[in-house]
Amino acid sequence: MPQQTAIEIDQLTVAYDAKPVLWNTSLSFRAGKLTAIVGPNGAGKSTLIKTMLDFIKPVTGEIQYTVRGQSATYKEVKNHIAYVPQNSSVDWDFPATVLDVVLMGRYGKLGWFKRTGKKDRAIAKDMLNKVGMPSFANRQISQLSGGQRQRVFLARALAQEADIYMLDEPLAGVDIKTEGIIMDLLRELTRQNKTVIVVHHDLQTVEEYFDDVVFINQEALSSGPIAQVFTKENIDETYRQDRNLGEGEDA
Amino acid sequence: MWNQILTLFSDYTFQIVALGTGFLGLLSGVIGTFATLKKESLLGDALSHSALPGIGIGFLLVQSKELIVLLAGAAISGLIATGLIHLMSRKTSIKFDNALSLILSSFFGLGLVIMTHIQGSSNAQQAGLDSFIFGQASAMLIRDVRLIAIVAVIILLLVCLFWKEFKLFTFDPDFGRTLGFSERVVALTMSTMIVLTIILGLESVGVILVSALLIGPAVAARQWSNRLSVVVIMAGVIGFISGISGTLISSIGTRIPTGPSIVVVLSGFVLISLFFSPKRGIIAKQSAYRKQKKSIEQQLQVLKEGQGK
Repeated sequence: MPQQTAIEIDQLTVAYDAKPVLWNTSLSFRAGKLTAIVGPNGAGKSTLIKTMLDFIKPVTGEIQYTVRGQSATYKEVKNHIAYVPQNSSVDWDFPATVLDVVLMGRYGKLGWFKRTGKKDRAIAKDMLNKVGMPSFANRQISQLSGGQRQRVFLARALAQEADIYMLDEPLAGVDIKTEGIIMDLLRELTRQNKTVIVVHHDLQTVEEYFDDVVFINQEALSSGPIAQVFTKENIDETYRQDRNLGEGEDA
Repeated sequence: MWNQILTLFSDYTFQIVALGTGFLGLLSGVIGTFATLKKESLLGDALSHSALPGIGIGFLLVQSKELIVLLAGAAISGLIATGLIHLMSRKTSIKFDNALSLILSSFFGLGLVIMTHIQGSSNAQQAGLDSFIFGQASAMLIRDVRLIAIVAVIILLLVCLFWKEFKLFTFDPDFGRTLGFSERVVALTMSTMIVLTIILGLESVGVILVSALLIGPAVAARQWSNRLSVVVIMAGVIGFISGISGTLISSIGTRIPTGPSIVVVLSGFVLISLFFSPKRGIIAKQSAYRKQKKSIEQQLQVLKEGQGK
């Protein structure tokens, strides 16, 4: 099978208030692979993902998606892309049950004004099973631990039945057991030829968990299969002290 | 006393006013739940305070208390103020909360200046204009109540229609955007509802206290349930009851303004909820903690005795 590209980024420059955060970055993500985006704090990892998701408009550059053999812009394939934000980005005291939150993953497929139905509930419950939380459906979300929150967010993304998954630091602050569950699930997604992109902070586990790696620090320094790219030179280059000229992005 | 209340309930004027404030409470309870959960309830406070100069300028322009003109003035100056707050916090180094209190108090100050100026003028029409500060529900006419009822029904229907989208964007707006929903449409719909609710409440509750109507029912209702639907319905009911009871209190007494009475009743609901709700209440939490502590102490005691032998 020929090697396919899921996302192609061409000469992307992103700036906050005229200060470039990502500079002239070109890289591609292979379809059906598990890719880690690594780099020091303030390197622009989250910025890259947020630009790919159209939260931030780039100054220049193009992002081309390929979903099911069709080339398209982000807007055209929005519903094939699932996003898992950092779980600290929401208020967990919101009055909702775990199932309510997972069901939100179905909203995109439903579109405006349509209500969730039996089928959506069945899918949501199925995804809760997958993340190992079948008995949590009616639990109030404020009662969840950090790891459980992350798994609920992952279940919500799985309920989207997307082709591309983007996760922002899904392993931050979760326990070892949860880390294992999450990585197994992401691995299973790639087996179904889904593309999974993860902002990752732990260099120790990159080789063990991922197929591909992207090193970024204000620009894409190197990217490709772990075997070729995950080298000491590339790591040193990315984490070199004088490289990081920025004051740091939002955490 | 009891007879007095019964007579009141059969009094036409009271029925009108109570219906108006009741609907208003219902509406602001429902809308306020979303505003409070989005942590935007303070914006409602800023909006209502900064409506005052608009009311004054509206009056100066037409020289009469044409309600539509006054409310339009209120809406315009309220919107200008919220726009300025957003602009300030985004474009300058002034933080959001500082920008908010700064704009709120300067607009309110300007409003007081204009109001005082109008009161000193010779225009006989101005009498009663100051009721916008504390609210004067007894000035409510049947057409005002009709307006409130129509807007309330429309807004409540829209809440039902947008239920899924409101829930999504109140909980996780970033995720909502990635699903293909327009954040602008949802946010605009919700803001318009908040503005309309506040504007409708200005005449009867007044600019100072109208935001309490948004926050109070939501905070009280949140204590009793963990389901958004139940919280929203309860907030509506609490708002409704507060509206009617506040009107009742102000009708029984002499020279008791309606707005503050409604807010006092509402605060009662909030206090009771904070203390006595079964799971989140202060008392329930205390007793759960004490029980937990006792059982741990007993376990430790058993362990100790076991080691002693």
